[in-house]
Amino acid sequence: MADGQDKHIDVATGTELKGHEWDGIAELDTPLPRWWLWTFYATILFAIGYVIAYPAIPMLHDYTRGALGWSSRGALDKELAAREAEVAPLRRAIADTAITDLPARPQLMQAAVEGGRAAFKVHCVQCHGSGAAGAKGYPNLNDDDWLWGGDLATIEKTITDGVRNPDHAETRVSIMPAFGRDQLLTGAQVNDVLAHVRVISRQDKTSAASQRGAKVFADNCAVCHGADGKGTRVLGAPNLTDGLWLYGGDAETIRETVWNSRQGVMPRWDDKLDKATIRMLATYVHSLGGGEAAPVEAGNGAQ
Amino acid sequence: MLMSAGSSDLYEKRKGVYPKAVDGFYRRLKWAIMAMTLAIYWGTPWLRWDRGPYAPDQAVLIDLAHRRFYMFAIEIWPHEFYYVAGLLIMAGIGLFLVTSAVGRAWCGYACPQTVWTDLYQHVERAIDGDRNAQIRLAKAPWSAAKLARRLAKWGIWLAIAFATGGAWIFYFADAPGLSHAFWTGGAAPVAYATVAVLTATTFLLGGFMREQVCIYMCPWPRIQTAMLDETSLVVTYKDWRGETRGSVKKAQANPALFGDCIDCNQCVAVCPTGIDIRDGAQVGCITCALCIDACDTVMAQVGRPRGLIDYCTQEDAEAERKGAAPKPVLNRLLRPRTLAYAAVWVSIGAAMLFALSARTRIDIAAQQDRNPIFVRLSDGAIRNAYMVKVRNMEARPRPVTVAVDGLPGAMLWTDAMPREAAAPAVTATVPADSVAKLRLFIAAPAAGTARQDFTFTVRATDREGGGDSEPARFERP
Repeated sequence: MADGQDKHIDVATGTELKGHEWDGIAELDTPLPRWWLWTFYATILFAIGYVIAYPAIPMLHDYTRGALGWSSRGALDKELAAREAEVAPLRRAIADTAITDLPARPQLMQAAVEGGRAAFKVHCVQCHGSGAAGAKGYPNLNDDDWLWGGDLATIEKTITDGVRNPDHAETRVSIMPAFGRDQLLTGAQVNDVLAHVRVISRQDKTSAASQRGAKVFADNCAVCHGADGKGTRVLGAPNLTDGLWLYGGDAETIRETVWNSRQGVMPRWDDKLDKATIRMLATYVHSLGGGEAAPVEAGNGAQ
Repeated sequence: MLMSAGSSDLYEKRKGVYPKAVDGFYRRLKWAIMAMTLAIYWGTPWLRWDRGPYAPDQAVLIDLAHRRFYMFAIEIWPHEFYYVAGLLIMAGIGLFLVTSAVGRAWCGYACPQTVWTDLYQHVERAIDGDRNAQIRLAKAPWSAAKLARRLAKWGIWLAIAFATGGAWIFYFADAPGLSHAFWTGGAAPVAYATVAVLTATTFLLGGFMREQVCIYMCPWPRIQTAMLDETSLVVTYKDWRGETRGSVKKAQANPALFGDCIDCNQCVAVCPTGIDIRDGAQVGCITCALCIDACDTVMAQVGRPRGLIDYCTQEDAEAERKGAAPKPVLNRLLRPRTLAYAAVWVSIGAAMLFALSARTRIDIAAQQDRNPIFVRLSDGAIRNAYMVKVRNMEARPRPVTVAVDGLPGAMLWTDAMPREAAAPAVTATVPADSVAKLRLFIAAPAAGTARQDFTFTVRATDREGGGDSEPARFERP
């Protein structure tokens, strides 16, 4: 075909035409600059190299792995390991610093709170909820009401040893008797004492039943909950006079609590998590808004 | 298939362009603009501007690490990026304005590709000699002498390229500090990488790609082609005066047959993009006007009037062809189109200046904790938590008071203080030129609407004062 006989030249540009034409539109034969072609060849070479070096071609059951042995999973593992190594000194520093000394080191404290925030999302949200707001039977960790105490060291001990773990000697234990089921109180006495609790928690007005209940309370309940019903933290006995209830403050729920008792359980974490993680969790829980200062007298803490 | 139309080459080899040295008005203008633009490029990072102890003292600094843009007295934060967008829009409209007034002046004089190519070509002439010597050397077989010349030229090019790439990074960090760190090996890897990439591209684009960048890579010539009209200044060969071309001798023998063009080819020899301007306006012409200088020199030598090749609009060309006088320059510049571009350009600039002078330098933003939305406290009160950010855009620490408006009985405290210290307002000191994050707890009586709107207010308690407010919401069970 290339006979040079019917060379068409475009008049306006002086450029040769390709020779084909559609509806009067013809194509100019403008060659590429050479560097353009080189660039094109370079991309082809790059593609070949890439296919050899990296995973590229899908096979029936597998794929070509590439000479470099790179995989996205491997890259992730490497990144995670690098991150782990990066934070290792920080974790060590947190593990080596007593929790009561952490607030004096704001940077370490902040790192601990952030680490605790992440660990909480993994280990604690199943019961306490993602916002640590708890649920019936699972305490809200945002408020200022604590069963065992809300200072850093106490929170750390609670997380470390858990509550009512049957196989752990150090665990926090408090056993409220099942006053009704075990026939320590009669049905009428239970009704009276719940009326009294409703009064000291400022939900009901004083009545004859509540006055009878005050006597029952003093005889049976005050030993743990205190004469005024404000609770005793070393015994894990809740404050009955505030507005916060772990199971509920309505008459029916209180009756059930007194009748059957409540024996909520929290796992011990010292056999699952390392010291640093537990410490970080404690600082995070403390930071949620209800954290308390360390008690001035430390002698009362042992149990 | 590919061979069907008779042409057998898939590509076109680059035709070497060896522009000849020339002197004249436009060449001198180009010298001046080159000196100015290069001085601005290399000098700007070293200018100092005192901003006090809390901010860098570099006059122009794009501080990516701290997300600040400093330009003399102006400091821009990321949320004020619209100022930068405004500057870019002004630059774009400025190009339109220049194009509508004086054609492709940007391409011919100020574009970095033009400036650096020009610089490289001067180096080339210093090493290899002028056009003819360059062509001879290019054709000569490789020898020790040729290699020596090539290495010398490439070496100087590389040095210029390195200085070019090296200067770029100084816009992004403190220039003296970075300069020291760079030479002692202590600068960030990205600094070295940036210098390496820009050195390579400068070397390649200025030394070897040159006019190919303008003709094949750059979108701007295509846009300009669309923007030029019959009233735009373009470099024009006045064919009605020049044709028919012929040597001085021929013209003397037969004056009636020949025009002013003596076909000396000087306009082609000096062209940095290797075109023949006598073919008419074309995309390859960057309107650097060196052919005007070349032609004027020749016309002076043969005793004919200057301006056979000259800046001229298409309208004027038509008029001159018919023997009429061209429009006066002022008439050409003050057209509705140039005036409209100028008006838009000026009004954007004025609006930005106004906004800059009126902007507040203290700012509050509040985000409510969503999980949990509220917490009941043991005394029956309801607590909401907020992340309050107070932004201090001044280059000095400022004491502020954060309070709430429209939430009766509200008590505020932060996570750094016990609830016993709660008060109707909290005070804080916001460090210079930064954002203070306060985790703020608010307790309010449980009685009230489930969703109560209120306002956070921040007030600077120093002498200058000033403040800001932000609507927020308090939620109850």
